[in-house]
Amino acid sequence: MTDLAATDPLPKPKRDLAPILLPVALALLMIPLIGSTSSWLTLTAASLAMGMMIFIMASGLTLVFGLMDVLNFGHGAFIAVGAYVATLVLAPFAASIQADLLWMNLAVLAPAALLSMAVSGALGLVVERVLILPVYGQHLKQILMTTGGLIVAEQTLYALWGPQIIPMPLPASLRGSFILGDVAIARYRVLAMLIGLTVFIAIQLVLNRTKLGLLIRAGVENREMVEALGYRIRRLFLGVFMTGSALAGLGGVMWALYREQVHASMSDDLTVLIFIVVIIGGLGSIGGCFIGAILVAMVANYGGFLVPKLALVSNILLMVAILMWRPRGLYAVTSR
Amino acid sequence: MTDLLKLSAVHTHIGRYHILQGIDLAVPQGQVTMLLGRNGAGKTTTLRTIMGLWQASRGEITLAGMRIESLATPDIARLGVGYVPESMAVFSDLTVKENLVLAARDGPLDDTQLDWIFGFFPALRRFWLSRAGSLSGGQKQMLSIARAIIEPRKLLLIDEPTKGLAPAIVMALIECLKEIKRKGATILLVEQNFFAARELGDNVLVMDNGTIVHRGEMAALAADVPLQERLLGLSLEAHQ
Repeated sequence: MTDLAATDPLPKPKRDLAPILLPVALALLMIPLIGSTSSWLTLTAASLAMGMMIFIMASGLTLVFGLMDVLNFGHGAFIAVGAYVATLVLAPFAASIQADLLWMNLAVLAPAALLSMAVSGALGLVVERVLILPVYGQHLKQILMTTGGLIVAEQTLYALWGPQIIPMPLPASLRGSFILGDVAIARYRVLAMLIGLTVFIAIQLVLNRTKLGLLIRAGVENREMVEALGYRIRRLFLGVFMTGSALAGLGGVMWALYREQVHASMSDDLTVLIFIVVIIGGLGSIGGCFIGAILVAMVANYGGFLVPKLALVSNILLMVAILMWRPRGLYAVTSR
Repeated sequence: MTDLLKLSAVHTHIGRYHILQGIDLAVPQGQVTMLLGRNGAGKTTTLRTIMGLWQASRGEITLAGMRIESLATPDIARLGVGYVPESMAVFSDLTVKENLVLAARDGPLDDTQLDWIFGFFPALRRFWLSRAGSLSGGQKQMLSIARAIIEPRKLLLIDEPTKGLAPAIVMALIECLKEIKRKGATILLVEQNFFAARELGDNVLVMDNGTIVHRGEMAALAADVPLQERLLGLSLEAHQ
């Protein structure tokens, strides 16, 4: 075999920029197809906002997949629970939400989001201990257990809140749009982009600048070796699972505000998108998940505008195309 | 010489396969014990069973007098057992530095220990901030061993460290392991390279079909060509 001596220059690792350039190329490609610049900008902003919300919901799931090889089909339950819990805070303070004062709106929204994250995170603890712990390493049973858990969670929400759709109006200060020339960008979408970016940067900082992050990255790659170094990866996984559940809860609140309604099965369609994002991003890759979420949202928005009849299958086609290009996803970090 | 590690009548099943079939072995404190045998004899399974990566289905494993066969892998590692797997298992996405920071479980990296390691493996200093995935096979093996010795360990389990490496790298590894041995480390070393085995081993265990078929001093086996041929199907001389 060939080997480098200490004095030989190490080949510089190539930065894999192709996945990053993909959404940029897709957006640019759409300019002539869409025709109107203002429509293109509006659709692009909508895609970025939707992508950020999907990323928030999917980020925990990709780490859970990558770190412990757990197929959690019940992830959507955290989304719905998060949204319902927010209504507990928002409903009594409806007057503050409808006041056209940003600080007053945020003073209600922030505690609602934090409570949703706390409850979803706590629910994650229960789900991991009760449903997932007994079926580690058994994919079929994981699917059955977590799908069953999702059904139980949905029916519990119906029993507690009733079958009707609960309205969740946007706060008054987040209604309307920023007007730039003849382009209108909804205020709430800008907020969603900012929150999504903040979550992405925070996760990247934790993963790249802390020992905890090192452990997570190492565990995604080879959890057996992390254990052989003396770290109890099950505890680490529980922490990641709870954090992922909490983020799904936050995503649920944001999605409910985006749609301005809450219902128990609100996560059903989202779950498909989230799994597509996790798969095309590469299991366990936060960067891949981020790009995948933007791509999925772009395809949904541009596709819905250009070829509405293809909207339902457009993301499946995207997944097929990406997996034909990179069978283990945009950024493969596990061998699975 | 007291035995640091003892296995008594250890059996390991992997799925429906009965791999270890009643292993009895002892690893004396402060010595290098070689574990030799043909491919598929059960050497790697023995190390993985000691490390708790595969659970022993029967038998006793004691480390410094403490039963460990039912402990989880992290708890065994925390008792001071370092493990270098055959696959090296460096974390490719992490830098050399990050790999060693993770291995230094009990605190920040010790500069003196690092300098000692860099003395054997200067490439690790040079590529300190490079991703481990971009290192060559030999450099990955250096990193894998450095990870196991970055902190003092009671026992090192090392699985075929010279496999597939260039001769110059093999010599550097042998020198490193000799130095670790001089510092009083206890090592259970699986090795197919008989030159390395003879250079490093105090004692030898030979496995076949999941059992120990020979135990003795390495020097005695190295001097007995007919015994080598009977146990291993080839002789040390043929490998020099």
